Parts: sequence; structure tokens; C-alpha cells
Amino acid sequence: MEHQPNRSWNPFKTNHSAIEQIPGLPIAIDIQNLSVSYPNNRVIEGLTCHFEAPELWAIAGPNGAGKSTLLKALLELQKNNGGKIAFHGFCPCDIAYLAQQNQLDRQFPLTVGDTIAMGLFREVGIFRKYTPEQRDKMQAALEQVGLGSFAKTPLRALSGGQFQRVLFARLILQDAPVIFLDEPFTGVDGRTIDDLMKLLQFWVKEGRLVIAVLHGVDLVQDYFPKTLLIARGFYMAGPTEEVMTKENMKLAVSASRQWESEFIT
Amino acid sequence: MYEFFIAPFLDYIFLKRALLACTALALGCGPVGVLLVLRRMSLMGDALAHAILPGAAIGFLVGGLSLPIMGLGGFLVGFIVALLAGAISRFTILNEDASFAGFYLVSLAIGVLIVSTQGSQVDLMHLLFGTVLAVDNISLIMVSSITTITLVVLTIIYRPLIIECFDQGFLRVIGGRGSLYHFIFLILVALNLVAAFQALGTLMALGMMMLPAVSSRLWAHHVWSLFLFSSFFAVISGYLGLLLSYHLEWPSGPSIILIAGVIYGISLVIAPFGALKQQQGMA
Repeated sequence: MEHQPNRSWNPFKTNHSAIEQIPGLPIAIDIQNLSVSYPNNRVIEGLTCHFEAPELWAIAGPNGAGKSTLLKALLELQKNNGGKIAFHGFCPCDIAYLAQQNQLDRQFPLTVGDTIAMGLFREVGIFRKYTPEQRDKMQAALEQVGLGSFAKTPLRALSGGQFQRVLFARLILQDAPVIFLDEPFTGVDGRTIDDLMKLLQFWVKEGRLVIAVLHGVDLVQDYFPKTLLIARGFYMAGPTEEVMTKENMKLAVSASRQWESEFIT
Repeated sequence: MYEFFIAPFLDYIFLKRALLACTALALGCGPVGVLLVLRRMSLMGDALAHAILPGAAIGFLVGGLSLPIMGLGGFLVGFIVALLAGAISRFTILNEDASFAGFYLVSLAIGVLIVSTQGSQVDLMHLLFGTVLAVDNISLIMVSSITTITLVVLTIIYRPLIIECFDQGFLRVIGGRGSLYHFIFLILVALNLVAAFQALGTLMALGMMMLPAVSSRLWAHHVWSLFLFSSFFAVISGYLGLLLSYHLEWPSGPSIILIAGVIYGISLVIAPFGALKQQQGMA
């Protein structure tokens, strides 16, 4: 891996707004010949791809194709076994990441306000109080996701869609130049999907790089201008209408089936 | 009333000390227990509590029935076992609860073995079930110091610790040194268990932590109010437990845990998030 985690960065002191920090440089991720494997299981092999801000990318592909694994490799949550990843114009800690929803405890005794405040953790550190401006930001973020009056509501009282809106408000507050979302719309109602998609498009307008792992083909075709289709050694990236053709999707499915049968035998 | 509820604690210095020790213990164990429950680490607490026994037993061999030395031994061994069990679950296919179960059973066996071959049955009972009525000044100072340290440290790391509890991955991605807070928290758990084991014994030390914490979960929905409820329940358990043990001549450790259990039972039924209210909510 080319980039080094920024060791000098102090999470409690730096006042971070990475978008302005790097004048001139286009924010981009360069992946070359990347391979990732779990024990006895090669998930990603020889992936080469280039993401550049501002763009809205979908990562699509059949089950087990390595979509989430790719995000995790970029976040260094998963070791890569070869190839290069280069981040241009931002450090790994500038990525805001929304993991799959089912990993969180929705009974956890926090209010909506407490939860979104986590998005400001790097700004406020462990001691400082939230300034009035930061409180305004929090309220604005809640209004942006349509939960303006929910600051004091406990998490346990929220529906699945509302909970996801809260996590998006937290992403807003993180104010990151690069945003990764892992299946953000699973188990979320249609209206919430519409609202949150508008938010994604707004983020791209602000100049951010947004990459979402998605399961449904319809969503990808309706909303995402660019797609990376991935399936076990079969990779294709580009404008969605060129990538998500029937032939390509068939190829992807058969590539991953073939791989599976090789793996099993 | 006065004769029954207050006089014993004024008349007998050992009861007064015991009450002080229990109260100090309760104030520290309350919040720590809540965090254990929220992090779904009850089993880790179990493993730690049992691993304290062989450490305390070794301390007992070295220094006799002296709390600071037994406490130090217990703390060290307990902490090593917690780290080992965590490492094993990371490097083998065993998940955490399986490796913890393995470890704490073995450490319990070793502990009992050491004490019963080297000491006497009486000593073993002391270690297993505690001797809150024999708390001396040094122990009292130790217990209250641990509580003070616990509360101060928790105040300092409160914000990142809660984030780590709720969303470990999030703190990791934003570069927030989650494992550091996890580590500090583990030390706090071990310290509080060591403090509790003098009063309640290694077998029941965890009860002072877990029962009030689980009960408080049924009453409140903010982390800070959980802390308050949990500490309150723990203090009440200590007080009523000692009273019970004085009047009925029951052993003090089990009496205290029994009261905590009764509070848990009552909470299960009548608390805002207990069975009755949840039923009404559904109807």
C-alpha cells in the first residue's frame, strides 16, 4: 500500500476540515491490481480502478463478490494481499464510513442528538463542550435528514428508516471529503431512500467522492452515474449505462458462479 | 424502626465499616457494570472475576490474609487471563465466550487447589465468599481509592468510551484509538472486581456489578441515568444485604447479592421497560 496512515495526526487536537486542506489536488483513489483474500478464499483478484471526486459511484455485483471487502480494504479494516492503493489529496482518516446497519444495537441508551454528536468527535475531542455553532450544525444536520424535532428522541423509539437517517446526519457532521456507504438502503423504506439519495447527490455537488455498495440493480441504474461491477476476477468500471448492461451482468453472475464451483470442488 | 434499620450500624464498628466499604464499592461498580452490559461483555466480567481467585490465592500464600497483596495478585492474574482469552479468540476459531469459559474454569480450579492444599477450608471460604464484616482500615482505604480512580477515569474517557461501546467500527475509522479505551476499561473492571472480592468473594464479586446494571437497564434510557440507577441499586443492595445478614445471621456476601437479585426481579416486572409495561405497550 502506498499511503501510510497519518501517524502524526492527533485526533484530539487537529481541527479538521479536509476539503479545504488540499488546494489544487483533485481528491482521488487509485487502485492498481488489488488482491484481497480471507484464509482459503480469494475475494478480490487483480482489481484496477480509479475514483475521482466529485463523483457518485455504485459498487454492484452478485452476493459474495467482494463489494464490502473492497471498502474494508480501502479503510484498512481488511488486509490486502497485493497491489497498490493510492489516496490523492486526503488521508485515510478523512473517510467517513457507514457500515452495514445490522451491526449496531438499536436498543442502545442514546438519544438521536448524542448519536449524531459522534460525528463531531474529531473536532471536539474528549473534553471540550460543544460550541453554539456546533449545536447549530447538529440541528441543521438533523433538519437535512428530516428529523428536525428528534434531537431528544431515544434511538430505541426510531423506525429502521429513521435510524438510518440518524446515521446519515452523523455522516453530514463528519464533513468528510470521501464517503463510503455499505448497503445503506437495506431494510429502509422507499421515501427514506428517495430523501437519502438526494443527500448523496448533494454531497457530490459539494465536491465530495461518494462510493456506495449496493445490492439492488434498480437503485444503481436510477441514481448512480458511475458503477464498478465486480465479481471474482471480473471487473468493469465506467458510466452506469455502459457497465450495467444485461450481458455484463450475466457475465458477472457466471464469473462468480464459476468461481464458486472451482472453490467448492 | 430506628432499632431495626439504623442502630446496628451505629452500635457495631465492624458493621459501620462494612457499610462504608459496600457503599464505596457500589458507587464504582454501578457505572462499570452498566458499561459491561452495554458492551455485551458480561462473560468477560465472569472470566475476570474467576481468574482473580488463583491470583489472590498466590497473594495469600505470600502475604497471608492481607487484602492489598491478595488484591495485587488477583488484579495481575485476572488481567493476564482477560488479555490471553481475548488473544486466543482472535487467533483461533474459538469465539470469545468459548475461550473465556475455558479460561475461567481452569483458573477457578487452580485457585481452589492452591488455597485448599496450602491453606485451610476456612481460608478458602474467605476467598470464595468474602468477609465484608472483617474489613479493616487498609481495605477500606483501598476500596474507596479504587472507586475514586474509577469515577475519575470514567469521567475522563466517557465520550470516546461510549462511542466505542455503540459503534466500534466508527471510532476505528475516524482514528480514535478505540483499543486504548477498551484497555483502560478492562483495567477498571479488574480493579473493581478486586475491590469487590474482599467484600463478596470471587464467586459473587461480579454480582455487585452485573445485577444492579442489568436492573438499571429496565429503568432508564440514558447512559448517565443508567449509571445513577445502577449505583443506587448497588448501594441499596449493600445496605439491605448487610441488614439482612445482621438480623438473620446470614453470610453477608450472598445476602447482598440476594437483595440485588430481588431488585432485579422487581424491576423485571414493574420497571418502565419491564414485562408489565412492555405488555401494555403492545396491547
